[in-house]
Amino acid sequence: MGHHEPDIALSEPSADEIKTTTCYMCACRCGIRVHLKDGRVRYIDGNRDHPVNKGVLCGKGSAGIMTHYSPARLRAPMKRVGPRGSGEFQEITWDEALETATGWLRDVRARDPGKLAFFTGRDQSQALTGWFAQQYGTPNFAAHGGFCSVNMAAAGLYTFGGSFWEFGEPDWEHTKYFMLFGVAEDHASNPLKMALGKLKEKGVKVVAINPIRTGYGAIADEWIGIRPGTDGLFVGSLIHELMRAQKIDLEYLVRFTNAHWLVIDDPKAADDGLFARDEAGQPLAFDKTTAALADAARTDISPALVGTFKLPDGRSVRPSFALIAERFLTDEYNPDKVAVATAVPAGTIRRIARELAHAAFEQEVTLDIPWTDTAGRRHEKTTGRPVSMHAMRGISAHSNGFQTCRMLHLLQILLGSIDCPGGFRYKAPFPRPTPPPNKPARAVGPNAPLKGAPLGFPQGPEDLLVDAGGKPQRIDKAYSWDAPLAAHGLMHMVITNAATADPYPVDVLFMYMANMSWNSSMNIPAVLRHLTAKDEKTGEYKIPKIIYSDAYSSEMVAYADLILPDTTYLERWDCISLLDRPISGADAPADAIRQPVVAPDRDVRGFQTVLLDLGARLGLPGFVNDNGTPRYPGGYPDYIVHHERSPGIGSLAGFRGEDGKSYGRGAPNEKQLDSYIAGGCFHEHRLAPEQRYYKHANKAYLDWAKDAGFIGASAPITFQLYLEPLQKFRQAARGHGPVQAPATHRARIDKYFDPIPFWYAPFDNAANETESFTFSAITQRPMHMYHSWGSHNSWLRQITAENCLYMNRERARKLGIADGDWVWIKNPLGRVKGRVRLMEGVNPDTVWTWNAIGRRAGAAALDPDAPEATRGFLLNHLINELLPEREGGYRFSNSDPITGQAAWYDLRVSIEKAAPDEQGETWPQFVPLKAPSLAGAEAAP
Amino acid sequence: MHPAYSVIVFTTASGAGYGLLIWLAVAAALNLVPRDPALGFVGLGVALALITIGLLASTLHLGRPERAWRALSQWKSSWLSREGIAAIVTYLPAGALGLGWVFGEFVPGQIATGAWLSVPCALITVWCTGMIYASLPTIRAWDQPLVAPVYVVLALATGGVLLSLLLAAFGYDPRWAAILSVVTLALGWFLKARYWLAIDTAPKTHTAEAATGLGRFGTVRPLDPPHTQPNFVMREMGYQVARRHAEKLRRLSVLLLFVLPIGAGLLLLLDLPSPFQIAIASLAALSAAAGVLTERWLFFAEAEHVAMLYYRGGVA
Amino acid sequence: MTSLPETTSKKLGLVIDLDTCVGCQACATSCKEWNAGGYSAPLTDQDTRGSDPHGTWLNRVHSYEVGDGPDSRTVHFPRSCLHCETPACVTVCPTGASYKRASDGIVLVNPDTCIGCKLCSWACPYGAREYDTDDGVMKKCTLCVDRIYNESFAPEDRVPACVRACPTGARHFGDLGDPGSAVSLLVKEREGFDLLPGMGFKPVNKYLPPRDRRDLTTASAPRAAERTVAGSGSLADRFFAWADKTLAR
Ligand SMILES: Nc1nc2c(c(=O)[nH]1)N[C@H]1C(S)=C(S)[C@@H](COP(=O)(O)OP(=O)(O)OC[C@H]3O[C@@H](n4cnc5c(=O)[nH]c(N)nc54)[C@H](O)[C@@H]3O)O[C@H]1N2
Ligand SMILES: Nc1nc2c(c(=O)[nH]1)N[C@H]1C(S)=C(S)[C@@H](COP(=O)(O)OP(=O)(O)OC[C@H]3O[C@@H](n4cnc5c(=O)[nH]c(N)nc54)[C@H](O)[C@@H]3O)O[C@H]1N2
Ligand code: SF4
Ligand code: SF4
Ligand code: SF4
Ligand code: SF4
Ligand code: SF4
Ligand SMILES: [Mo]
Repeated sequence: MGHHEPDIALSEPSADEIKTTTCYMCACRCGIRVHLKDGRVRYIDGNRDHPVNKGVLCGKGSAGIMTHYSPARLRAPMKRVGPRGSGEFQEITWDEALETATGWLRDVRARDPGKLAFFTGRDQSQALTGWFAQQYGTPNFAAHGGFCSVNMAAAGLYTFGGSFWEFGEPDWEHTKYFMLFGVAEDHASNPLKMALGKLKEKGVKVVAINPIRTGYGAIADEWIGIRPGTDGLFVGSLIHELMRAQKIDLEYLVRFTNAHWLVIDDPKAADDGLFARDEAGQPLAFDKTTAALADAARTDISPALVGTFKLPDGRSVRPSFALIAERFLTDEYNPDKVAVATAVPAGTIRRIARELAHAAFEQEVTLDIPWTDTAGRRHEKTTGRPVSMHAMRGISAHSNGFQTCRMLHLLQILLGSIDCPGGFRYKAPFPRPTPPPNKPARAVGPNAPLKGAPLGFPQGPEDLLVDAGGKPQRIDKAYSWDAPLAAHGLMHMVITNAATADPYPVDVLFMYMANMSWNSSMNIPAVLRHLTAKDEKTGEYKIPKIIYSDAYSSEMVAYADLILPDTTYLERWDCISLLDRPISGADAPADAIRQPVVAPDRDVRGFQTVLLDLGARLGLPGFVNDNGTPRYPGGYPDYIVHHERSPGIGSLAGFRGEDGKSYGRGAPNEKQLDSYIAGGCFHEHRLAPEQRYYKHANKAYLDWAKDAGFIGASAPITFQLYLEPLQKFRQAARGHGPVQAPATHRARIDKYFDPIPFWYAPFDNAANETESFTFSAITQRPMHMYHSWGSHNSWLRQITAENCLYMNRERARKLGIADGDWVWIKNPLGRVKGRVRLMEGVNPDTVWTWNAIGRRAGAAALDPDAPEATRGFLLNHLINELLPEREGGYRFSNSDPITGQAAWYDLRVSIEKAAPDEQGETWPQFVPLKAPSLAGAEAAP
Repeated sequence: MHPAYSVIVFTTASGAGYGLLIWLAVAAALNLVPRDPALGFVGLGVALALITIGLLASTLHLGRPERAWRALSQWKSSWLSREGIAAIVTYLPAGALGLGWVFGEFVPGQIATGAWLSVPCALITVWCTGMIYASLPTIRAWDQPLVAPVYVVLALATGGVLLSLLLAAFGYDPRWAAILSVVTLALGWFLKARYWLAIDTAPKTHTAEAATGLGRFGTVRPLDPPHTQPNFVMREMGYQVARRHAEKLRRLSVLLLFVLPIGAGLLLLLDLPSPFQIAIASLAALSAAAGVLTERWLFFAEAEHVAMLYYRGGVA
Repeated sequence: MTSLPETTSKKLGLVIDLDTCVGCQACATSCKEWNAGGYSAPLTDQDTRGSDPHGTWLNRVHSYEVGDGPDSRTVHFPRSCLHCETPACVTVCPTGASYKRASDGIVLVNPDTCIGCKLCSWACPYGAREYDTDDGVMKKCTLCVDRIYNESFAPEDRVPACVRACPTGARHFGDLGDPGSAVSLLVKEREGFDLLPGMGFKPVNKYLPPRDRRDLTTASAPRAAERTVAGSGSLADRFFAWADKTLAR
């Protein structure tokens, strides 16, 4: 009998039409092609031309269809009709919703605009939302950066004018040694994966420093299972070793950093620890050739890096490098000393240092690219030290994250590997000047806009937003003595502070795209109490009005009074702007848009368009024309094209000018969006080879960047190894200067505002009881889930519908805990129950779980008995938003003392086996939420 | 393996049906029983009903039962296909036998021919059923030489028990049938015990290390399953019965399927009054039915599938 | 017919690199997404918002830990049909719905004739067959047969969805029957292996083992960084002396 094969349609077209846009299953913002068939989304694949993902797609991006068609989508605007948290809502018209919001906001603006707290979460339109806050006149604005990774952003921006996060990337093509600190997934989700694949193929060594070995760590050549919060010791120890072996790029230091700047040594004086400056305010160096002080910026001197010198007034000064070297050469950072605390053997530290030195100094990369530096010196070739690093929340989410991240940058700079071939490279619009020049704006008064953007970078005590008594002026206490360099605000403190009127109450809390009553808050039970707490006298909620925009039925929706339902990412315009979070590559500034590829089938509107509408209804300056009519009647796309931040500078850098031929600066172009769409919804400007490296001192680049509007001046950017602004705060804490720290804060500022990076033990919720809380408890992002978004998606939740507590096998055995046992995870704040899974690849003192898998019963259109609610759990219930009381009764937030970065990963817990009758279900359990009216029916493609 | 009731009912009912058919055919051919049309009608009716119920039950296991006829096409390679064909073919001689017995022969030799053809057809069918399982190298407990023989012998044994009941009920001497059933039950017991011994001692040759190819790095332990809730493969092949529980069930099935029916068969050899015979034979049939269901349930529940190495690690 | 072709002109298959797979699930979800609307459509899901969410997926990603202590490894392990050369999943099929294509060796299920008896899933040692409970027929990796020859696609897109998506480049597609093909060379170079070779199914798909841990730089690194440069005084003093001397510009 013959072999029979049926006929198969082998060339069935995948779509009637393919439209490009930008993925938003996470913030990586890959280019996608949406295949549409019969008016529905049939398939999504990556755009091969796109600079971010070059055609690949991750696990989330490939499941986008089911997020788009999720039954958890909101259907129409709603107002709350039951008590807060009950989930009882009534659908209303957009007109009613917008009028209600306008009424509330107009009223507040007329009295005290600061009583509006406007906070946005997973936002990619901060250029717009920040501008709204500014024009409205409230300083109480921030996005999610404060609970995310402001430690990384701030440490980098203050130190070298760039940063990890999305502001830079390793030179994947040339690097010969790559170290990855505390990264499970990252915002550069696909680029990292693509790069790791290539590095491994090329035989480049990859080292993962992480208490947990999964994902990237699993494929690394070496996994260093460090104890959480001790990276500063490890990195400090590497620096110690490199100095000991004299493997430091001194030439690089004097060219690009403040290593040779002289620091005043006069302990009693107000300017102790500040840089010695000449009359013009220029920092001084000691020129060995002339044996005299000289402007440190001069390139014709031979500056001393060590030694003690005298100022004309007789006071002693020392090059900052000498102070730095002294710190790291002490025994404190000796590998033998740090081995126990870090759980990294001394031999390993020494070997890694040796490998770093080898890669940096023996494997120098030389490219045939001539370039000219800012001093006008032409270099025929571009050479670099090919060691590169990347770090994220494993460093940032600790209360010592700012200093640890600074130390990492110090290490990179000592090796001479910033923005050189094979090193860590800036992505436009970075580098920017150090320390960053823009300051946070102050509140002005009723019906008045702020004079500048609400967020900025203080350089000293005068820039803080505190009143005469040192009391915070922002609701989140950002830019106060609690967190002076809180460049991204402290979104995680807003609900607590507003409800406890500390520092003051607010009238309206307006939030967007942040699940603040669940996975993005600490201490959820307390947050839920705050959200429903009422004033005993008036019977009114302590947070009187809450407006919230979400696209899905999240936990936060249930606690809002007015819901502004957003579209899905495939239904709206968006702008991924260079004014906001860049998607540039190191060789090419780039920005992108999202275009609606399908029309909403519900009564929902894109939030940005709604915000522009609100601004117009409120008559905010810039949102209306002189005659009061809306300035951007076409909504967000209208704004993207026509809004100018400063003359010629707008949301998108590509196709500017009336003819669409200018880049960066140019008049609005009516056809701009069409050009973007024609080009795949992104625009990339490729830098000339001579502009690509050493951008901080590259004349061709800096001149161009100034023209493009990225930076104000084309002066070279000097790396701040020694961070003088910190010393200014410290001096204020020592009783110097016009703005001084309150007594309660002095010791703290004095200790942590060290201008030279150092390691200190992270704060800890269980501070006084560390002995019994022996485990660090941390979380990781699963690669296929995006925070709580993942469970909206009926495919992704099949992959992970519940989470376990992972423990080291050997350690568990000693505690009599077996795989699958249910355990209590305890700390002084409370306890959470979860099921244990044992593994080898985890630091023995660490337990961990996947983040944001646990959901509250009833949320996200899930059945109340969904595993997310019955077995999935959050560690957030145990993370206190406040540190224990100190003398004087003051409670600082559980954050980095410098930046206010939420210290999610400082958590310490004890683990105890649950009783036999306690197995099987997680704890705590909350009252199931009632689902508001939802979009309903879903269907696979 | 997941013990699906449709498949358990299929194999046990059709097995007993074919067994009964075989013995009735032998009896008819050798004139061991009178040509009592009522006996023929009831006896062959029960046999064919059991066979048919079994076959219908098996279609309940199908996702597309309306396409079941397609299963007949691949007799060259597929034991399931062969089983289906054999089952259908068996209806012909069995029908000839039955019609001849109940209504008298239409053609001379109809009964004898039908009977003599029914026997191999039925045997082949049961053998094919057994071979569906025995031909799967992925399941160590099935990939055993005794699987198909056990299927055949247990079909004969359970058929024998039914025949005893049938003869007793019709007031005929059940002793020869009792002897047959005692012998086949004993043989079944012996083979099943050997089978259990075989699966308990046969080395497990497949390992998670070979399944993943990662053995060079050490012992392979699953960390996270692909999905947190069980999938088709885990539901179908991941069924596990605890060792101790299995031991108990083995003993129970020995008791119900072998010990009690053999005891009953021996009792039937005594010249007891008919009501006692009927009662004893009925109890034997019930016991054997429960026993064979238990045996068959265990046959699935105890079988481990190689694919589960990916989910559980270890050996299979 | 269920009998296997004597030979196939090609042996199309996947090569999966366990050295670079990070377990991101892109291959699993892109497979689901393509096939839920393609030749395998539908790929149904059960209890999508309930307590037991599960469904039909043609590709699943496991993770394993191998070995103990410091020498242990974590390995992510995607698993789909291996398009075996002599697979029992085809020969046990009573309907002929399961077949191996003579032209390229792809093992497929004819969705129009499958009766959903599940026997082929019992016969597959790799757990690669996925019965679709709602559709009532067996599903499995089709090697994206409706993509790889698809003339409505750009040539570079005529690859399986999972290969197209994989961000780390851990998945390769090609003709493993051609010893000169890129995939065959890769398998040769990296010593690609078969899963469960003892089953005798001769899988076409190959897996590449995790590479040896690289300590290249260590091996070749001069011991320089190890010694502390001579001189007198404290560590800092010696370092300062070096810095002063070295930096003379
Ligand atoms: N324990 C612990 N807690 C953490 C972290 C941790 O590592 N461990 N990480 C912290 C960090 S870094 C972050 S960034 C936060 C993230 O936490 P969140 O910012 O809360 O992030 P998500 O849960 O992703 O989603 C926020 C909300 O956006 C909604 N949403 C989704 N798509 C859209 C849309 O298109 N439009 C609108 N308007 N809304 C949409 C979702 O429904 C959800 O309610 O979590 C923080 N919390
Ligand atoms: N798939 C997916 N991608 C995402 C997100 C998501 O939810 N899902 N979220 C996005 C967001 S908002 C963010 S902020 C980024 C964050 O991206 P990542 O920084 O990758 O975020 P985390 O998962 O928190 O990873 C932190 C890692 O640090 C490790 N770690 C914890 N403490 C320490 C320590 O003290 N030292 C060291 N060395 N390591 C430590 C943890 O084990 C973990 O592996 O990811 C973004 N991308
Ligand atoms: S990394 Fe994945 S989810 Fe994030 S934007 Fe890219 S494709 Fe989308
Ligand atoms: S897409 Fe690639 S890296 Fe991701 S799980 Fe699949 S094979 Fe591994
Ligand atoms: S992997 Fe399984 S389903 Fe695929 S060909 Fe081999 S035996 Fe058949
Ligand atoms: S389930 Fe379908 S493909 Fe598999 S053996 Fe049965 S009929 Fe054949
Ligand atoms: S080849 Fe196609 S069907 Fe097979 S696993 Fe890859 S995407 Fe899925
Ligand atoms: Mo974040």
